[in-house]
Amino acid sequence: MSAPTLDRPAAGSPDEAALQRQFEATIAADHRIEPRDWMPEGYRRTLVRQIAQHAHSEIIGMQPEGDWLLAAPSLRRKAVLLAKVQDEAGHGMYLYSAAETLGADRADLTDKLIERRQKYSSIFNYPTLTYADVGVIGWLVDGAAICNQVPLCRSSYGPYARAMIRVCKEESFHQRQGYELLMTMMRGTPEQRAMVQDAVDRWWWPSLMMFGPPDDDSPNTAQSMAWGIKRHTNDELRQRFVDMTVPQAQVLGVTLPDPDLALDESTGRWRFGAIDWSELQRVISGDGPCNDERIARRRAARDDNAWVTEAATAYAEKHRVH
Amino acid sequence: MHEETVYDALTNAHDDAGHWAFGTGFDDPLAGVDTTVPDGVDPADLGAYCLMLGDDALVLAQRLTQWITAAPELEEEVAIGNTGLDLLGQARLLLARAGSVGVLGRSRSLATASIPDEDALAYFRDADEFRCTGLVAAENGDFGQTMVRLLVASTVRLAVFARLRGSRDPVLAAIAAKGVHELAYHRDHAARWVLRLGDGTAESHRRAQAGVDAVWPHLADLFTATDVEARLAAAGVAVDPADVRGEVRDVLTTVLQRATLRVPGWPADVAPRGRAGVHGPELTDLLAPLQGLARQHPAATW
Repeated sequence: MSAPTLDRPAAGSPDEAALQRQFEATIAADHRIEPRDWMPEGYRRTLVRQIAQHAHSEIIGMQPEGDWLLAAPSLRRKAVLLAKVQDEAGHGMYLYSAAETLGADRADLTDKLIERRQKYSSIFNYPTLTYADVGVIGWLVDGAAICNQVPLCRSSYGPYARAMIRVCKEESFHQRQGYELLMTMMRGTPEQRAMVQDAVDRWWWPSLMMFGPPDDDSPNTAQSMAWGIKRHTNDELRQRFVDMTVPQAQVLGVTLPDPDLALDESTGRWRFGAIDWSELQRVISGDGPCNDERIARRRAARDDNAWVTEAATAYAEKHRVH
Repeated sequence: MHEETVYDALTNAHDDAGHWAFGTGFDDPLAGVDTTVPDGVDPADLGAYCLMLGDDALVLAQRLTQWITAAPELEEEVAIGNTGLDLLGQARLLLARAGSVGVLGRSRSLATASIPDEDALAYFRDADEFRCTGLVAAENGDFGQTMVRLLVASTVRLAVFARLRGSRDPVLAAIAAKGVHELAYHRDHAARWVLRLGDGTAESHRRAQAGVDAVWPHLADLFTATDVEARLAAAGVAVDPADVRGEVRDVLTTVLQRATLRVPGWPADVAPRGRAGVHGPELTDLLAPLQGLARQHPAATW
């Protein structure tokens, strides 16, 4: 017979109504919800889904740049890239830990990723064709991630908010390193400059899609904002990213591949062309250039090394201090 | 700076090197260090010795990097990345030291002038100009074999670096003083895995033993001094590898026995192979991706 669960009153009971009011008051006061606090199941589920998706993105995101680790063109660049990819593994660990405070389990989440029952950012399904891609990922992809994630440092869920503070600081380093690589390449040979422009051409639109579907097609946004899990709408964040990036592109000396990009003098904001959402749908639904490869590598890391994990567990059991 | 403007500030901050994790330009890794060659020491010998130690670190870092995104656990991704970064750092210092005493060979004429010595040496030498041992050049094998190799390589290198702290060359002494802390961690990390795998499950025991058996023959090539090492050891600059054989043997025997693994017979020393530039095809295969991009754009700086 299972013990009665004291912290989970039956739905609709007077106790639950009081807890719900307390939860809402905490959110309204902009205070943090902590792991032991009562929370609505929908809030918990939404957070687990979002944090797991974020964690998966960090881990899968190691692959496109990791492909250049063995081929980085200088020892300094190799060290910078290795440190960055290592940070991403660390981010994945923080985020899985944050998800575990909500009752999730890392191994189970990893299984869900591998079985394609949970998603990761579709940006990582594009290939990295030249070394300029490493710089452009730092500048645009990490830049977009920062725009998305800095507001999450004020997420209503405490462990997630605290994880995001550290993640954002490190992302900011990555972004600067990416931009610095591009600056160096733009000062280099004509081939290097062409590589940078080509990479910008390929990554610009996918970066804009990182903010998710337009607001009028984003069913979860309203609830997530009401819960303080999300602070700005997708379109607000996307506009902010464009406004910040255009001047950086000018300093760099690259052309953003959008003929409709123009400064709106009245608002000071940059208007941009229509996004091809069918392309995003195609990549999200698994038809991107590298979806299968990304998952296959993650699966191989789990399956090929299962004997290592089993050995570590067996050893710990044998040598447990009783 | 308000945290939400961190992205906005990107273009404003690039004049301020203090804001960057690795600086905005290339920093001479030996900046501020006394690089005078000690009296009575042939700079060619000193540079050749730095290449031996530097190539070991570079090649092992490259091997470990092959595990990134393929490791058993995320914690292990971080640990392997860390070990690789430490070794890469040691390699950069040692190759820069070789360059500072003029040991650059053909590499300097192949690499454009703006490429630093460390990169000229790493990217523009062919396999037969590398001076790493066969131990680090060998393929990874499975995770067990990788950890056995890391155990052996870090045990040897830690024993050498511990002695090098007293080198008459101040640069080598400084590199060694920094490196011993890193290498002690690498050795500990690898030893813990060998214990877990050797004394884990029947399958992990079998695999760990196979890893030991695959790595062991490389011990033959580690403890015979080259002429360069012998001359520099006599001058108080380098370590004679024969001097660390006993310590290495004790450490490895202790770890393997505790891991319930069989210690194979110790192979007889042979004349230096890797240190003399004699390598198998696995080194050429490893260098091809490492050097390809840099060689494709010899006039580029990165």
